[in-house]
Amino acid sequence: MSQIFHHSTNTFTRITLFGAVFILGFLGWVMFTLNGSDYVTRATQAREQPVPFSHAHHVGGLGVDCRYCHTTVETSGFANIPPTKTCMNCHSQIWNTSPTLEPVRASFRTNQSIPWTRVNDLPDFVYFNHSIHVNKGVGCEVCHGRVDKMPLMYQYNTLQMEWCLNCHRNPEKYVRPREFVTTMGYQPAGDQEEIGRKLVAEYKIQDARTLTSCSTCHR
Amino acid sequence: MRTNYKLGALVLAVAGLSACRQDMHDQPKYIPLRPSEFFLDGRSARPLVEGTIARGHLNDDTAYYTGKGADGKPVAEFPFPVTKEVLLRGQQRYNVYCTPCHDRTGNGNGMIVRRGYRRPPTYNSDRLREQPNGYFYDVITNGFGAMPDYAAQIQPQDRWAIVAYIRALQLSQQASINDVPAEARGQIGAAK
Ligand code: HEC
Ligand code: HEC
Ligand code: HEC
Ligand code: HEC
Ligand code: HEC
Ligand code: HEC
Repeated sequence: MSQIFHHSTNTFTRITLFGAVFILGFLGWVMFTLNGSDYVTRATQAREQPVPFSHAHHVGGLGVDCRYCHTTVETSGFANIPPTKTCMNCHSQIWNTSPTLEPVRASFRTNQSIPWTRVNDLPDFVYFNHSIHVNKGVGCEVCHGRVDKMPLMYQYNTLQMEWCLNCHRNPEKYVRPREFVTTMGYQPAGDQEEIGRKLVAEYKIQDARTLTSCSTCHR
Repeated sequence: MRTNYKLGALVLAVAGLSACRQDMHDQPKYIPLRPSEFFLDGRSARPLVEGTIARGHLNDDTAYYTGKGADGKPVAEFPFPVTKEVLLRGQQRYNVYCTPCHDRTGNGNGMIVRRGYRRPPTYNSDRLREQPNGYFYDVITNGFGAMPDYAAQIQPQDRWAIVAYIRALQLSQQASINDVPAEARGQIGAAK
């Protein structure tokens, strides 16, 4: 019986067997990169909102502090999306005939909520709390990016577990003095690691072991 | 054809897995501001039944919670001692909630006013200097004329702190060099 395959296919088989390791590795790498990419995490993609509310206008342009609207960010786990009344503090008099703002006025008249689209959304099995981060000197900017330059809100970080852990292992790389938590474009006055280590001690931030234990975030 | 059944089962199993995953991501429970299909107004947060008083919120200290005495007139005295911490807290809260209109000095030339909001009066007039403390507390709580109320955004404790800081602002606009301790006078020129 004659041979079906030519001799050279032996080499081919060897190469593919050997290459399979690389091919699998490559596929793994592709999966890993894809999983953390903006396409999957939806980071940096601006969401449609019922009213084109612009943080660039209100924070960057007018200098309104985050806490004017996100009132509970220092005291509770939830940062709070402002009620329509907060918008009407100003918009009862300013741009009060603008058609863009009609949904806001309608909401105020009819007492119906404005259905804002959620941007940052952790899975429900993760426990996150704003107040601890804000009170221990983690700035909004670190997690949400330069909000004062966002005409429409988008998610800035992946919000994946790896990202949380990265900071929980080395908080000194990110913490800043408490009075600057809402500051955008903060520059440390000196070496970040050095200031960070001092603050970690001053604010009594717990060690990495506690902060990376599963029950910190999955409770 | 047997293999195809196996493949089909596998595909189903994988599809099943992904469905479970989604359930755990968006569990059928209410988190703050999550909409509800059950209630007519679409909100999961329910209004309190009328007359409900949360523990610790009886608020029967009228002077503290309304700024007014038993006679309905604004109280003059402060409900707690004004320390440096209170003033600093007041400064921080004032800068968050009041500066958009009243500006950092209290002269009423904030950013929103420059964009067309009605201009508030300066705090540094004799009329406002002579108002009792409770009056300012009442303005924050109930608003005044064109000014919106801040009852929902600022807690009572912080409202009093802001009042203390407004007093400091009023003093600061009348201060002369003689009010500055002699050893600190050199720093004023330097800061400019
Ligand atoms: C004038 C009121 C106002 C101010 C001031 C303000 N915000 Fe917002 N913010 C909103 C509103 C309304 C929304 C919901 C609409 C949207 O997502 O754009 C929002 C949404 C957000 C979201 C996304 C919420 C989500 O759905 O995940 C983040 C993050 C945020 N704000 C951060 C900030 C930070 C940081 C600051 C200060 C630098 C700030 N905001 C100042 C009104 C405000
Ligand atoms: C502190 C005062 C203030 C508050 C509070 C405020 N705004 Fe504004 N807003 C302004 C001003 C001033 C402008 C005009 C922008 C400018 O001149 O740069 C504006 C502009 C806008 C515009 C653009 C209007 C147009 O026709 O182009 C929208 C939309 C808007 N605001 C939505 C909102 C919403 C929604 C809220 C509530 C979450 C809100 N604003 C709260 C002061 C405010
Ligand atoms: C440690 C990172 C971190 C910091 C610091 C942080 N945030 Fe967030 N923020 C998040 C995450 C994560 C979510 C999504 C929470 C969820 O889905 O449960 C979120 C959600 C929000 C929301 C939507 C409402 C909510 O609570 O889910 C707003 C508004 C917001 N952040 C504003 C702010 C403001 C303002 C600051 C600064 C004072 C701030 N955040 C600081 C990580 C952070
Ligand atoms: C930029 C830094 C940073 C990021 C990012 C961050 N954290 Fe934190 N987190 C901290 C610091 C600092 C503390 C305070 C720890 C302390 O007080 O001991 C903290 C505390 C916490 C706590 C409370 C711990 C306790 O002992 O009760 C929880 C829960 C938490 N973080 C969850 C998260 C989750 C979930 C994420 C990701 C979505 C996240 N964090 C992202 C810095 C960060
Ligand atoms: C600092 C907070 C934090 C800690 C500590 C933490 N996790 Fe997570 N975990 C998260 C977040 C945030 C997510 C959601 C990630 C996402 O949406 O992609 C998550 C998701 C998961 C998932 C689901 C993954 C998926 O894709 O569905 C598992 C499983 C998990 N964590 C296990 C653990 C285990 C085991 C530990 C302890 C070794 C741990 N986590 C510690 C924040 C944390
Ligand atoms: C949105 C703009 C705006 C903001 C923010 C604001 N005010 Fe006013 N305020 C006004 C205007 C306008 C008036 C003048 C009202 C009138 O005469 O009809 C006023 C008047 C006042 C007066 C004088 C009342 C009188 O007898 O003449 C006081 C006191 C005052 N505000 C305190 C505050 C405090 C404290 C805050 C912060 C918690 C604050 N305001 C925030 C717009 C604002």
